[in-house]
This record gives sequence, structure tokens and C-alpha cells, in this order.
Amino acid sequence: MARIEVNHIRHSYLPNPQKDSDFALKEVHHTFEDGGAYALLGPSGCGKTTLLNIISGLLHPSHGRLLFNGRDVTNLSTQERNIAQVFQFPVIYDTMTVYDNLAFPLRNRRVPEADVDRKVRETLDMIDLASMANRKARRLTADQKQKISLGRGLVRSDVNAILFDEPLTVIDPHMKWVLRSQLKQLHRRFGYTMVYVTHDQTEALTFADRVVVMYDGEIVQIGTPAELFERPRHTFVGYFIGSPGMNVLPVSLDGRTAKLGAQRIELPGVPKAEAGAVELGIRPEYVRLGREGMAVQVSKVEDVGRHKVVRANLEGREIAAVIGEDDEVPAEPKVRFNPAGINIYADSWRVEIGA
Amino acid sequence: MDKTWNNKAWFLVLPMLVLVAFSAVIPLMTVVNYSVQDTFGNNVFFWASTEWFEELLHSDRFWEAMVRNLIFSFIILAIEVPLGIFIALNMPKKGWGVPVCLVLMALPLLIPWNVVGTIWQVFGRNDIGLLGYYVNALGFNYNYVQDPFDAWVTVIVMDVWHWTSLVVLLCYAGLVSIPDAFYQAAKIDGASRWAVFRYIQLPKMQRVLLIAVLLRFMDSFMIYTEPFVVTGGGPGNSTTFLSIDLVKTALGQFDLGPAAAMSLVYFLIILLLSWVFYTVMTNYDAER
Repeated sequence: MARIEVNHIRHSYLPNPQKDSDFALKEVHHTFEDGGAYALLGPSGCGKTTLLNIISGLLHPSHGRLLFNGRDVTNLSTQERNIAQVFQFPVIYDTMTVYDNLAFPLRNRRVPEADVDRKVRETLDMIDLASMANRKARRLTADQKQKISLGRGLVRSDVNAILFDEPLTVIDPHMKWVLRSQLKQLHRRFGYTMVYVTHDQTEALTFADRVVVMYDGEIVQIGTPAELFERPRHTFVGYFIGSPGMNVLPVSLDGRTAKLGAQRIELPGVPKAEAGAVELGIRPEYVRLGREGMAVQVSKVEDVGRHKVVRANLEGREIAAVIGEDDEVPAEPKVRFNPAGINIYADSWRVEIGA
Repeated sequence: MDKTWNNKAWFLVLPMLVLVAFSAVIPLMTVVNYSVQDTFGNNVFFWASTEWFEELLHSDRFWEAMVRNLIFSFIILAIEVPLGIFIALNMPKKGWGVPVCLVLMALPLLIPWNVVGTIWQVFGRNDIGLLGYYVNALGFNYNYVQDPFDAWVTVIVMDVWHWTSLVVLLCYAGLVSIPDAFYQAAKIDGASRWAVFRYIQLPKMQRVLLIAVLLRFMDSFMIYTEPFVVTGGGPGNSTTFLSIDLVKTALGQFDLGPAAAMSLVYFLIILLLSWVFYTVMTNYDAER
């Protein structure tokens, strides 16, 4: 296991990148701690797979260094870095049995056959496929195949990290749960450094201790699931995490109050916002719908099961509020913002609110 | 739901039956008819029973042609399949090279058989042919008109030139269908180049290779036009394959009875081989 330092890495797929927009990965500088479970979360094309492939060595970055436990591995091949990676689509060697699939990475490294056998059997137990050791791998189901892909990483005891590239995309929903909790269990038992790429926030938030949110080739926020929810550093994180996403309203500031059209919203403190476009962000969970506050026109009520999402119009802006499953929308609906849930953004980046 | 039975529905298949009858069944029956009779012309026929079949199966000429044909098929398969795989592996997978290579590969396949024959007939001539002239100029005694070995070399090289592309294109289709993740996973698993070929590329090409072998075997077993144009089956009978022998018998000597018997035996061999291949392939699919 290793601590992975991504040191000012930039990457472009073009031969001669000039502008910032030529870079798929603008600049990433971050350390993945030894034994941590990280999720790289972001929309398609945000550079998360690029970052993952740079860590595994399938790609070599245009700029910057990569260090494992302080050792520079930027120019080493995938094999020399000793990394395991699980891909979106299960990769199995069709003609081999389950056993041989797991033995393959070891045999390639000329591990003595006795050790191969011991490690393979251990791994088969870990991924619950011991009963299928002698079956042809191609006849298994998608989730079993994906377990084999994972197993080929686990079988090498000395791997520096296990990387996952949206590994549950092709797995049936009910198996996703099972596999994800097995992954968590493996992580807790063996303390692998795991980096998990996904665009599914539920997956990221349930798998990882720390979630790295990426947007447009950059890391916008790194934090625990709770931090991402309560204090999104960037409006993108607000939109992207949560369902529905955060309400972001353009406001103008006046000391402790924010003005939205004719409405004045009391803030918990004085925001330290300098110049720039100021926005107020509040999650639908913190919007109280009742008979007091700012008048809104309700346009739609969506029942999503455990709660309802109310879509309403506030001063010409679309906002969403979450109410309980049995709550009714009042005749003259009004909303209030819970001050605890208010974040202020200047040019899309969060600013601190002082006392 | 009750099924409706209406025997008039049979009329719907009538056009197809008529077509098949005129294109296959009736000509085949004519051949069967010839194969059991003897004629001296003027549409007078005498019953010959199985005489022609017995004669055929005891004829050295037939067995020699058969053996020649099998050797020929075996040699061209042994060259074209590995060569085709090798070329396919080395073809570019993306960029401007892809269309260029595909067009180059498809070109020989677009040329009509007899034109291929004519090209090589001229190409190999040692008086005016580019190949023949220079091979002789380099000191090799090469003359496909007189030397059986040279004739074989010419016919085989011609077939390889004409048909390796087919194997290449089929293998290439199999190769490009392999997702990148397989190669990336192989890198991570530390697989050697050979292991990548053996455990990823070859298994993915297996199906198309089976089809390629089937097509090339059938085609080479029935080869006629190209060797006929180049060597005419000679020198002597050294490049007389089954179909050339058949045409010599039927149209050269006008021995309709023996030729018909030979056609039927030839047909049965092809049918048998097709069946074997078909069974192998369907079993292979079932196993998957």
C-alpha cells in the first residue's frame, strides 16, 4: 500500500497544448493517503478517468510528477508501479478458468506455483468465488466477472493501490449494493488504498471516506460526504451532489442581509465577499415551505417516495423545496430559508460568513 | 389461441420452389441422369448402372487430382492463415492509415478470378513478365510452363496474393472489436506480448478465423479459373486440380457419363466437408 502524491499534474491529449482549454486535466495537486478510500466524482468528461489512468500509468502526464510513498514513479510503466485497476466493463480472459484468471498476474510475474496456488485460493475466498474456481470464466454473470477483475488485483499482495473506473456500471442494481458493501469490507479488513471513479453520487458517498469532486479538469472540493452536502465549496458541487441539487440564487449583499428582488434574506453573519457576482446557495432540505416568509408560486409537486419535492417560483427564480411525505402545500405558500443551510458564493466559489 | 390451418399457404412457397427447381434441382437431376448412362451423341442413351462411379473410384487420375487439391488447400491455408493474422495484428487501429490499409487489402478481392490469372500469367513469364524476367536475371531458373515445381510456386503465390486479404480483413474485424480495457488490464496484469496474443487476441479472433478457414478451404478446394488461366493444369497434369480435371473430362473429352459421376462425387465431398465445418461451428457456439 502506498501514499500517492499527485504533484501539480496537468494532462492534455493534444500534442502541443497552448490554452487552458486544451488540457483534459488542468492542474491537480493532491495526496491520496495510504489506506484511504477515495471517490473521484464528477460528470462525464471532467477528467476523472484521465487522472485515474495517470495514477495507474496507462497515461503519462504532460506536466507534473507522481510519487508513491515519496518515490517518483512518473516515468515508470504500469507494471513497475504495481497497481491494480478494475475497469467499467469486466475484463476476463475468456479461455481460462476462474482459477487461471486469478493466477494470471502472478504467473506473468514468475511467482512460484506453490505461492500462486496459496494466493489464488485466499483471493477466491475473499471474493466468494471459491466454489467456481474450475468454471470457465466466460460463463459467469457480469457481477461475478467484475469480481474476477477485482480479484486479479487483490491476488498480488504487494499492490500499491487498487483503482476502480466506474466498476459497477454494468452490474444489476441489487448486485451493486452487495458488491459495494463487499468492497467496503475488503477495505476495512485489509486497508488497501482505493481510488474509485464514478459519476454516481450515491456510489461515491457510500463508498468513500473522502470524496474528490472534479469539474472541468480540476478538483473543486475534497471532503467527507457531510462536508460536500453542508458546505459545497463551489456552486457546481451544490448542483451535482444532492437530489435535487442546491438552489443557487443571484443576490446582492447589504451587510447581514441578502437582497433577492424585493425580498430580503437574513444571513447568519456578514459574508466576506469582495467584488464579483454574488450568489446565495441553499439546499432544498433547508427551504421551509409554510405560511410565513417570502411568497412563492408553486409550479409542480413531485412525489419521490419518502418525501415530496416542491418546485416553485421565487422572484422569477426557480427553486426547489423538500417537504415531508404527508405535508400539504398551503393555500398561500411562502418559504423561509434556514440560516444554517445558507452558503454565499462569489464568482461561484464559496466565501466564509463572518460573525 | 387456436392455430389456423390453411393448406393454401403452401402456394406462398411455390415461387421459391420453382426458382430452386430450375436453378439447382433440375440441373442436378440431369447430372444424376448422365452419371448412370452412356451416350455416343445424337441424344441416344444406354443404361450404364454404376459403371462410371466404379471406374472413377478406381481411377488414378481422379485420386491424383484429389491429392493434389488437398495438398494445395493445405499449403495455402498454412500460409494464408498465419500471414493473415500477422498482417491484421500489424495494421493500424486508428488514424489515416486505417482506410488506406483497408482499401489496399480489399483491392485483390475485387479483381475477377480470370483477370488475376491473366495478371500472373503475364507477370510470371520469363520473356516479358516482370517477375519471371528478373527472377531469371538473378540466376534462378524459373519457368512455370515447363517446371512443375515452378508452376506450383506460381499458383500458390498467386492464391496467397489474391486471398490473404480475406483472412486479414476477417481477423482485423475481430481485433478491432476488442475493447481497450482488455489491453489495459493485460498491462496491469503484467502480460507479455505473447500472452496478450494468446489469451486476448486469439480467443477474440477464434470465431472469425473459423469462418476464414472454412471459406478458404472451400474456395481452394473448388479452385478452377486462376490455375487454369496460368498453367492450364500443366505442365503435364502437375497443377490439374479436381475442377480442372472435371472440365477436361466433360468439355475436353466430352465424356458426359464419367464427368457426371465425378461431379456428383465432388459435390458429395464438398457437402460432407461443409457439414463437418457447420457442426464444428455450431458446437463451438453452443459451448459458449
